[in-house]
Amino acid sequence: MLSEERAHGIFELIKKRSSADELEVLISGGRSALTRFANNTIHQNVAEENMVVSIRAIFGQKTARANTNKLDEEGLARAVKAAESIARVQQENPSMLPMATPEDAAIGEPHRPPPSRFFETTAAMTPADRAEAVSRVVGVARAEKLTAAGIYATSESCDALLNSRGVSRFHRQTSAEISITMLAGDSSGWQKANSPDARNLDPVRLAETAARKARDSAHPRELPPGKYTVVLEPAAVLDLLGFLFWDWGALAILDQRSFLTNRVGTKIFGENINIFDDVCHPLQSGAPFDGEGIQRQRVQLVDRGTVSSLVYARASAAMMRNSEHAAKVGHIRPTGHGFPLPNEIGEMPLNIVVEPASKSRHSLEQMIASTGRGVLVTRLWYIREVDPYEKILTGMTRDGTFLVEDGCLQAGVRNFRFNQSMVNFLQNVEIMSDPVRASGEESFDMVVPAMKVRDFNFTEVTKF
Amino acid sequence: MKQIADWALGTAAARGAGYCDIRVVDDRQRAIATKNGVIGQATDAESLGAGIRVIASGAWGFAATDDLRRESVEAAAARAVEIARASARVKHRELALAPEPPARADWHTPCVIDPFGTPVEQNLDVLLHIDRELRSVAGITLAETSMHFRRYEQWFWSSGGADIHQVKTITGAGYAAYSFRDSEISKRSYPNSFGGQYQNRGYELVAELKLVENARRVAEEAVALHNAPQCPECVGTVILDSSQLGLQIHESIGHPIELDRVLGMEANFAGTSFLTLDKLRTLRYGSEIVNVVADATEQHGPGLGTFAYDDEGVPAQCTPIITNGLFTGYLSSRETAAEIGEPRSSGTMRAEGWNRIPLIRMTNVSILPGEDPLSLEDLISSTDDGIFMQTNRSWSIDDKRYNFQFGCEIGWEIRNGRIGRMLKNPSYSGITTEFWNSMDAICSRKEWNLWGTPNCGKGQPQQVMGTGHGAAPARFRNVKIGSAYRGT
Repeated sequence: MLSEERAHGIFELIKKRSSADELEVLISGGRSALTRFANNTIHQNVAEENMVVSIRAIFGQKTARANTNKLDEEGLARAVKAAESIARVQQENPSMLPMATPEDAAIGEPHRPPPSRFFETTAAMTPADRAEAVSRVVGVARAEKLTAAGIYATSESCDALLNSRGVSRFHRQTSAEISITMLAGDSSGWQKANSPDARNLDPVRLAETAARKARDSAHPRELPPGKYTVVLEPAAVLDLLGFLFWDWGALAILDQRSFLTNRVGTKIFGENINIFDDVCHPLQSGAPFDGEGIQRQRVQLVDRGTVSSLVYARASAAMMRNSEHAAKVGHIRPTGHGFPLPNEIGEMPLNIVVEPASKSRHSLEQMIASTGRGVLVTRLWYIREVDPYEKILTGMTRDGTFLVEDGCLQAGVRNFRFNQSMVNFLQNVEIMSDPVRASGEESFDMVVPAMKVRDFNFTEVTKF
Repeated sequence: MKQIADWALGTAAARGAGYCDIRVVDDRQRAIATKNGVIGQATDAESLGAGIRVIASGAWGFAATDDLRRESVEAAAARAVEIARASARVKHRELALAPEPPARADWHTPCVIDPFGTPVEQNLDVLLHIDRELRSVAGITLAETSMHFRRYEQWFWSSGGADIHQVKTITGAGYAAYSFRDSEISKRSYPNSFGGQYQNRGYELVAELKLVENARRVAEEAVALHNAPQCPECVGTVILDSSQLGLQIHESIGHPIELDRVLGMEANFAGTSFLTLDKLRTLRYGSEIVNVVADATEQHGPGLGTFAYDDEGVPAQCTPIITNGLFTGYLSSRETAAEIGEPRSSGTMRAEGWNRIPLIRMTNVSILPGEDPLSLEDLISSTDDGIFMQTNRSWSIDDKRYNFQFGCEIGWEIRNGRIGRMLKNPSYSGITTEFWNSMDAICSRKEWNLWGTPNCGKGQPQQVMGTGHGAAPARFRNVKIGSAYRGT
């Protein structure tokens, strides 16, 4: 693993090779391993070590980047040359800023440091440890006469960012993730969990829940498409919401590709919706600095249904101040959400917390019990954007979809296709649970509640 | 390089592996993009490393390292064996591989102009010229252009004696124009959406795409979409352009024929397949005129799925997938072929890079053009009433690959054999086999194009792979149209 000292050593080596006006070096990588199982057998089992050095050079108002994992002097020299030669031949970009200073990077330092996200026990996990956990998952499957498929992955990684103006950032963390699908003859169930600390994961409990869903959804009925009240488990909620946050960057507004164009400061969601971005939240993960080394700030994105603030990289904040949108988007300042430069996206919030605005919380069981007729959704799949401004998304239900009647799960149902405006969706949320750290397949991990939502638009039914 | 292989193969054998292969990959990429006249991306990337795959105690293990010194390579080989022994703790049978004679080969993508030999200034000039054309059209609020080059050099050795060196050169380019007005964001792309066209070729592809020549038309269409009527919700006739048909093939034929999906190996993430083993040579997948092949050979063209050998050392092949409408073949690996009793892998195993294991991936999964001459113009003139849809905008399909829904960037009414009004937000949906059985016409060779899909995701950890899809415009009857916008 990369140490902070070695990161500085690599940076000094690169500096000696560079003739650029300014220089930035990002170093990221580590060790990762993933044990994959299907048909109650470990069928793929991999491990990887890799470290990538990413060099950004600036000449005047021209910049380019080169990445390499060839960390010998020759490899680094070639990367420096590549970044510099691509930068030199460009036209000047008047909106490009000089690199951040330590003062820029430290603006708005949080009152509380993020919790440590590195756990030795997770970093030390072996293939045998993961196989042992998988063996217990398969044991649950066999006992229930089901077939298990899934993964158990662990990793340790680090990110270092240094620039020629003196910014120096270093972060390391571990990660553990389990995903389990239980397959029966005509049904299936699924569970997934992720944490920086493997000790927070309980493979057997996840396996038992997935198995129960597979068993309870056997012999699925076919319901007609239409608008239903749905109870969405947290994984389903996050996979839908994940499609919103690409639009929360200031550059998306400046580009007029965001569904929030002309909507910042407007109440477009229900009164019960609060959303913020906070890298320091105890259930979050990731580095506390952005792609230029700026400290990530806590930003309230939605306040009681009103879109209250965007997130900003340094350049986007400068451009926004001089734009026609400046008077309409609230407080403009770098928030530490930029991607490494140069890029076309700008920025986005990556540490999302969705918290019900009221103190009233309902468990998943209470949501089901309060539903006269509706559908319980475990997981969604293959979600894509149909319309970028109304934010209509399409996708499928998967691995545990149930009919709810008179407050009880009645039966499994065949999977639905939905076409649903997310603006309407967040107007129709009736009740929510406490937020939890959730993990899906269509979006990044978030802290979100389960939601009961009326008038969810199922447009078609598939054959299983 | 051979010395690296000797270290890995020797260590694996000494530690009791019954099989070992090693891929050393030297990967170089360049990405250049502009947005509204300024540089959006300018990145050069290199990645070098080795991936070692072993069978020990009857199970798989894989370890990859970015350090090609002897000590690290031998440690990675030892780790792969350790991992395989851990895999063996949860298995129900010994692994078996379909036999494959060891090959020795040296193959390069045919490439006229090395894209990395072209000056960056030249690349930028082309993109900025396109950008100016796009933004010269009133109403365009965002113009994006991009160019990508890749040189992927791989050495493959196996304990069975294979020794294969391959160099692939990939070029891609394209652009998109957006127009925001009131509450609508309209978009047109060229020559395809999500990055344009990609092939296993050199910079000569860029000149052939006629990028600048089409820019103004594409931008004008993006603006005109605001005033176009909404695509109706109905059941009717649809004609798909060749790029959209390419994606339809990818999602509703290419993925379900992957034998690892069929056998449940992807059940947790990508999903399974409705094409269970009993359907081979019994299922009527499509109408009589539907003929689909998975063809990795050079004869098929410079698709992203063209190579000489796959990443298990199996030679490129052409496999009939659908023959006169009948389902006739899967995409397989040495392991999955053995599992269903096939004598040989169909040669489709590919890895994203040195640090990933090979998986079954689509090669060039293409529909064959019609044999009788039929132009797009002829096809439209023989259609009384329908909608012509162009360029994908959204795509989604269930995890067994039955129910799909696609949205396109633009549609055109067809009335009495003529193109009529422009339609915005066209979409269609259906069930895979019902859809392919409703195909009643496909254009002939002159309209056939080999599209590249550079962004196909599969596997855990996820791998992104390029696939090829040859297609010509085709007509489908009784298709469900327009339900995507019921979500408003």
